[in-house]
Amino acid sequence: MDKKLIVLYVIIGMSSLLIGCEKTSPSLPKDDEILDGPLEGLTYAENAQFLKGDVAFNDDVFTTATGLGPMFVATSCGSCHAGDGKGHPFTTLTRFGQINETGNQYLHQGGPQLQNRAVPGFQPEQIPAGATFSSFTPPANTGLGFLDAVTDADIMAMADPQDANGDGISGIPNWIKVPAYATLRPNSINNNGKYIARFGKKAAAYDLMQQTANAYNQDMGITSFYESKDTYSGQVVDPEISNQTVLDVVFYLKTLKAPIQRNQNDPDIISGKQLFINIGCETCHKQELKTGTSPIAALANQIFHPYTDLLLHDMGPGLDDGYTEGSAKTAEWRTPPLWGLGLSKNSQGGQCFLLHDGRARSIEQAILLHGGEAQNSNDRFNQLTESEKQKLIKFLESL
Amino acid sequence: MNLRLFTFISFTFLLTTSGFAQIDSSLLKRQAQDTSKLTMNMDAVYNRPFLSFGKLPIAFGGYVEANYQHLTTDGITEGSSFQMRRFTLFAASTVMKRVKFLTEIEFEDGAKEINIEFAAIDFELNPLVNFRGGIIMNPIGSFNQNHDGPKWEFVDRPVSATQMLPATWSNVGFGVYGKKFTGDWVLAYEGYLTNGFDNQIIENTKNKTFLPASKLNQERFEESFNGVPLMTGKAAIRHKKVGELGISYMGGVYNKFEEDGLTLDKRRHVDVFALDFNSVLPKLNTHLNGEFSWVWVDVPGSYTQQFGRKQKGGFLDIVQPVLRRPILDFEKSVINVAARLEYVDWNVGRFNENNQNIADDYWGISGAISWRPSAQSVIRFNYLYNWQQDILGNPPAKTGGFQFGISSYF
Repeated sequence: MDKKLIVLYVIIGMSSLLIGCEKTSPSLPKDDEILDGPLEGLTYAENAQFLKGDVAFNDDVFTTATGLGPMFVATSCGSCHAGDGKGHPFTTLTRFGQINETGNQYLHQGGPQLQNRAVPGFQPEQIPAGATFSSFTPPANTGLGFLDAVTDADIMAMADPQDANGDGISGIPNWIKVPAYATLRPNSINNNGKYIARFGKKAAAYDLMQQTANAYNQDMGITSFYESKDTYSGQVVDPEISNQTVLDVVFYLKTLKAPIQRNQNDPDIISGKQLFINIGCETCHKQELKTGTSPIAALANQIFHPYTDLLLHDMGPGLDDGYTEGSAKTAEWRTPPLWGLGLSKNSQGGQCFLLHDGRARSIEQAILLHGGEAQNSNDRFNQLTESEKQKLIKFLESL
Repeated sequence: MNLRLFTFISFTFLLTTSGFAQIDSSLLKRQAQDTSKLTMNMDAVYNRPFLSFGKLPIAFGGYVEANYQHLTTDGITEGSSFQMRRFTLFAASTVMKRVKFLTEIEFEDGAKEINIEFAAIDFELNPLVNFRGGIIMNPIGSFNQNHDGPKWEFVDRPVSATQMLPATWSNVGFGVYGKKFTGDWVLAYEGYLTNGFDNQIIENTKNKTFLPASKLNQERFEESFNGVPLMTGKAAIRHKKVGELGISYMGGVYNKFEEDGLTLDKRRHVDVFALDFNSVLPKLNTHLNGEFSWVWVDVPGSYTQQFGRKQKGGFLDIVQPVLRRPILDFEKSVINVAARLEYVDWNVGRFNENNQNIADDYWGISGAISWRPSAQSVIRFNYLYNWQQDILGNPPAKTGGFQFGISSYF
């Protein structure tokens, strides 16, 4: 064969293959199919900090050399929040030792969180005899910045401690003493030195800084300037992570996008949403909230759709584990945001582990396990036809 | 330390080569390889092209690997990258009759990593009993012994061989090896005691049981991590017309169970078992080369299941020559098409919490077109696609893309 022809064939062949790179490479999932990714409108500098936080959250794995444990639950943030979604029984937390608003009586015995794993040569923690406990499935991280930016006034406007409107729903905030390192939000409401907390299953964490510093400390055994007590010795020790890394992770959590609803115009989903409102679910799972001011422009004064009121509600004896946090009672749980619910399976190994401890294996089962203030809605759900139930579930799966 | 080693080796190499630069290059003699014998994977370390210089009693050689790649994971790409993966130098010498020395020094990713992969003296006590000492390559599987870039049609090394097994895995130690020829058959064995692994295999930033993590411990060339030798043994059989089958084992204590006379933990074992084979199908002249391995690690029960107690995985390369003819004046040109199938289960087991399967699986498939102007050089074009599932079994991360590379002995 002619030499020039061979060279030409090679050049054409390779060029074609290289041009085809884009077509043959794995494609980017649609934005509404995944939970991770930054919210729109971040500046270049904010994007850069988001990336730093992303690496710290998803790629940094702790070892004994970098401070892991010696008792711990997980070796990295990403272990518990795969794809920034909900957790799995493998990473479910156990907390113990508090039965009322007077505080945790087992702090001197390792409370509030059980570190159920230990590095080689050490033994994991055990729940002290007599301590009540509850299991917490790790929540999804998405849209947390929006929740963080809701004003106290807006939360208080949704509260109805005495059930003045007589609808059987009496949401109340969890009032806590904020840690010294927390920065109070503008116009925070002070209630005898306590403030409205909003993160966590019991809404016992004031902000994402407290949530993050606690998670490093209680989940991974990593001490920081913010939470400096070693969970094993109970002593204040040197920080095992830099302030900047904690701040980067907080920024990452604040700027993760909100989940995007799928198939909003599907008639079944529209009907399901109406049924969701009609049977009273929306009374607690508020579909629309708004943010106040924020130093992150993309988060300021935004309307969003989390399906939560960030308040505590009595969920009845069936969900009362006898353990609590802050000023919440043992049967009270913060309304969990429902956004991202339909993508839960993608972070839970293809299955559903819903409610605070993952006991519900389907959306329908989760609804049926609602009691207390939600019992009326549960009853109304049971009165729906099978077709109506499916529409309502289809709506929830679209979130 | 690495920089000094690099400078010293470079200087020595340049001195020995440039010292003869004014001499007619025909004095550089390529050492004839003995092709009459059945060579096996265990022979790979010596079965390489070497150049000798006049009467200098040392022969030199080496190989180089460079490539371009464009990979994408779930729609996100790092774009184009050019990589200088390896530059490896060999030096070999027959010290005296039946005593020989060989060393292999590798510079990876520029000079990011510099490793003495092999530096051993062999004493032939008897054809069946050769004594070897120094830095040796533990004979687990086949790839660890037979890993030179120009021998393969793929830019990437097999994941199961380099990330589940720790190829290239070298340690200081001693051992014996030998071969027995019987007609068309050859039987071979190897057995070594060396320094070994350390705690990093279950305490690492890969967040999984990862034997190669112990390669970060450069002190293993100076002292054992725990004082217990790592045992590696291999038996292989080859038939001239059928191919080679190898069975190998590597095992020992990996953790520091004692220090200054104080007990820190119980002795915890790592055990590896591997099967390897290679063959050429008659008539079709299709080359098959594969390896499958199992890893067992005694992970403390109270530690996280993120780190697997058992792993398994392997690869199969299928290479089909499709054209043998002079191309662009390269008289012995061969064009090959090839495929590689790979699989690794990083964590074989079930979750304590709900008894469901722990995933953490890797699947890979690659295609290749390669042109070998000679047996010692290859220009290769690869397309790869792989799936990596996390420990929970969530939708896998998908990576795909193209690689173009060259590799040649020199």
